[in-house]
Amino acid sequence: MHDKVDVLIIGSGASGAAVAWSLAETKMRILCLEQGDWVKPTDYPTNGRDWEARLFSDFAINPNRRARETDYPINNGSSPVQVVNFNGVGGSTIMYTAHYPRLHPSDFRVKTLDGVADDWPVDYETLDPFFAENDRMMGISGLAGDPAYPPHQPPMPPLPLGKSGQRFGQALNKLGWHWWPSDSAIATTEYDGRAACINLGHCTPGCAQGAKASTDITYWPAAIRAGVELRTRARVCEIAVDADGMATGAIYYDADGKEHFQPAEMVVVACNGIGTPRLMLNSQSGKFPNGIANSSGLLGKNLMFHPFALTYGYVDEPLDGNQGPPLNLWSQEFYETDKSRGFVRGYTLQLHRGTGSIVEAITSTAAGRLPWGEDHHKVYRSLLNRRLGMSTITEDLPEEHNRVTLDPVLKDSNGIPAPRIDYTMGDNTKKMMAHGVARSKDILAAAGASNFGVEAPILNGGWHLMGTARMGTDPERSVVNEWGRSHDVKNLFVVDGSIWVTSGGVNPTSTIQALALYISDAIKQRLANATLFD
Amino acid sequence: MKFDTLTDKEARDLRALAGIMIPASTVYGVPGADDDRIFADILKSLERDTPDARTALAQLATLSGGAFADLAPDRRAAVATTFKGKGGSPLFALNRVVLLCYYRDDRVMRALGQEPRSPFPKGHVVEQGDWSLLDPVKARPPMWRRID
Repeated sequence: MHDKVDVLIIGSGASGAAVAWSLAETKMRILCLEQGDWVKPTDYPTNGRDWEARLFSDFAINPNRRARETDYPINNGSSPVQVVNFNGVGGSTIMYTAHYPRLHPSDFRVKTLDGVADDWPVDYETLDPFFAENDRMMGISGLAGDPAYPPHQPPMPPLPLGKSGQRFGQALNKLGWHWWPSDSAIATTEYDGRAACINLGHCTPGCAQGAKASTDITYWPAAIRAGVELRTRARVCEIAVDADGMATGAIYYDADGKEHFQPAEMVVVACNGIGTPRLMLNSQSGKFPNGIANSSGLLGKNLMFHPFALTYGYVDEPLDGNQGPPLNLWSQEFYETDKSRGFVRGYTLQLHRGTGSIVEAITSTAAGRLPWGEDHHKVYRSLLNRRLGMSTITEDLPEEHNRVTLDPVLKDSNGIPAPRIDYTMGDNTKKMMAHGVARSKDILAAAGASNFGVEAPILNGGWHLMGTARMGTDPERSVVNEWGRSHDVKNLFVVDGSIWVTSGGVNPTSTIQALALYISDAIKQRLANATLFD
Repeated sequence: MKFDTLTDKEARDLRALAGIMIPASTVYGVPGADDDRIFADILKSLERDTPDARTALAQLATLSGGAFADLAPDRRAAVATTFKGKGGSPLFALNRVVLLCYYRDDRVMRALGQEPRSPFPKGHVVEQGDWSLLDPVKARPPMWRRID
């Protein structure tokens, strides 16, 4: 039996870290349980010659392929998009591109503006100060003045354009379409103890330089200095409740498989859009036979992914290849609704810098572009460092049949039921994706590229995990309220991407963290006036 | 994690196949994927792909009617072409390991004009580029949708 804590946070990723840091100023006793380990900078692939090979082994983005002890399996068999994530201190911020756009003001009002899905119970204006605070804590680079966004000022200058960026810029100017240097969670100058980016490339599976902002090197050092305890290799299997339906703590397994109970006054769940519904559905009791806080029946439903389409071509001169962060520009030309396109809402185009030499060989072989035999060498030299590509990040509307449930057979190494994903792309998303691929080809053609390739949707593209414990004011239509507290369990909070009402069409980490800070602020206000559990 | 290793017969067939996938080239001054050093790396690196490799090599042996490595060169090329079309995901996994090892070989990297080193700690230089390209975009009016 462990000593009771005031706040128990489950998960140390993007949102859990932000909540831990924000609540630390209350001087409450705060503990975070994390199923993974700390990752040392010397562990990251860019330290070695086998850096690209490790994308397919211990730093694979797909946890089923990576299969570390700290990962849990996921049944993706009924989905065209596979879930990708990382389990460790920092969560999936360890293994992300650090592309860091915010949601737009319109994203919070899709029902009002476009007559689809639901409006959020919060808006951009409310979150604006939390976006700014999060930008400061994570250390964001970018350029003020983007006409696609309300004004904001990233703390550091943008990543370099490079050869690829200039090609894209010229092409988009020719077409008269929007483009802008991305907000990016990569330090371009020394920042708060982090070194500046030295263009290692290959940012996704961790940054050996420490320039990429993962929460193990941003929020966590500050939170731990402020007194928060972070306990690793602690895999939570259940949130426990008492007879009154209040959360009493969590049951978890340590690295040796030994079971523990950690009592707590309140519980904050931050396990991402898959891990959170998995844990809550696993938390069954007489009071909550269908999973904790699931009186709406919506826990696990409305899963949204942002299906990605990759479109690329080849130019006649070497570009940046793998050198430098892989994403440094975006286009929001097709972000806001234009009903003449045949769909509502819109998408971001994220523009890629290039591809590593081995990944180029593998993907071109898979696409049938790179032959075996004598011609292999000649063809390869026409592809290497010449790829210009972009991703369409489509807004995925919530649909209840897209869901996370508990797999009846598959279990993790502790015997906890694994998540099962049932997901299909909606018609609106399909039309949007086709539009995005067509416009991507227009851009590539304007950039002088040919020999196009398309992967739509990207199979290993389930980075963005949203909607499975949605927020709202109506307990029959949502799992948590407008400040992240469960409607059913007054001392249970959810703070990760699960609470998103709609998905927008941008990488979600910035908004996930701003929301987590907003919820933390709401908790602190209600602690101050003793209404937190009313 | 612990992984199985290939039998000698499987390894011989794989080596013969690797040499067909990526042959040595005097034109480009590079070894083939069946080169001693590269092939040793391939065998060592199969790891979690070993079951797929075994499946693929068993299919190759079936198509060959015996050991692929023992076929005459013309017949070997014909079987390899058939195998490429029929091998599916096990062959893709096997091919991936061959490519992973081939394109990190020092001699191959140098022939491609690449430095055979890890990215860290030296990093790379990326040019800032011409930021005036952004001027037309800066001149655009706000394009985000206002909420009244």
